[in-house]
Amino acid sequence: MNLFELHQNPSVYLVLAALLFAIGLFGLLRRHTLVGMLISGELIFGAAMLNLLAVSRFFVTEPATGQVFVLFIIGLSAAEAAIALSIIIAVYRNYRSIRTAELSEMEG
Amino acid sequence: MSPFPAADLIIALVFLFFLGAAVSGALLAVFTKWIIRSVCGLALASVGLAGMFYFLGSPFLAMIHILIYIGAVCITIIFAIMLAEPDEPADADGGHTVSWTLGAAVAAGGVFLGLAWIGVSSDWPAPVAQANSGSVEQIGVALLTTHSLAFITIALVLLVSILGAIAIARKGRHME
Repeated sequence: MNLFELHQNPSVYLVLAALLFAIGLFGLLRRHTLVGMLISGELIFGAAMLNLLAVSRFFVTEPATGQVFVLFIIGLSAAEAAIALSIIIAVYRNYRSIRTAELSEMEG
Repeated sequence: MSPFPAADLIIALVFLFFLGAAVSGALLAVFTKWIIRSVCGLALASVGLAGMFYFLGSPFLAMIHILIYIGAVCITIIFAIMLAEPDEPADADGGHTVSWTLGAAVAAGGVFLGLAWIGVSSDWPAPVAQANSGSVEQIGVALLTTHSLAFITIALVLLVSILGAIAIARKGRHME
C-alpha cells in the first residue's frame, strides 16, 4: 500500500468509517449523561455518511446520488440534535440533572 | 509530471492530517471527562470528516458538513451545556463498573473488527468510471428531479422537528 495513493484506496475510508462507528458505539455505552450520548450518536452519523460517500465514490457510476443521500443524513442528524437537545433541556428543568442513572421515574 | 513540485507528498500529508483529525477527534469526544472537551472533539472529528469528503470528490458536502456540524450542532450542544450541567459524575454511585466499561470496549472492538473485515475483504465490484463529475449543479438537478419527494419529506421533517423542539422546551418552562 503506497502512502501516496492512500487517498485513492476505498479500504481506508471503509475502515475509518468502521472505526468511527465503533468509537461512537463505545461512547454511547460508556457515557453517563444525555449530552455525552448525543455526541457519540453524532459520531455514528458521521461514520454512516463517510461509508455511503466512499461506496458512492468508488463503486457507483452516478456520483450525485450518494451526495444527495449524505445531504439527507445531515438534515436528519440536525433535526435529531435539535429535538434531543430540547428534550435534554426539558428533562433538566424537571429533574435538575441529566444523568441517565437518575432518570428512572415515569409519570402516567 | 506533477505541475507543482512535491504535489504528491503535499496531498498525502494533507490526507494524513485529516485522517488523524477524524480519529483523534472521535477519541477525544469519547474518552475525555469534561463534556465541553467532548464537544471540541466532535468539532475536530467533523473537520476530519469534511476533509475526507473533499478527498472523496465532494467539496460541496465538505463545506455543508463544516457549516452544519461545527456551526450549528456543536454550538447548539454548547448552549445545552451552558443551560444544564452535564459533566460526568466524579462520585462512585453514578459510575459504571470496570467490567461494564470493559464489556463496552469488547463490544465496540468486535463491531469494528467485523465492519472493517467486511469492508476490506468483501468482493466489491471493480472501481468504475463515473458518469459525470458530481458537481453542485448535478446535485441540484438530482434534488429537484429524481429525489424531489425525499427532498420535500426532509423539509417537512425539519419543520416538524423545529416546532417540536420549541413546544417541548416551552412546556418545561411553564411547569415551574
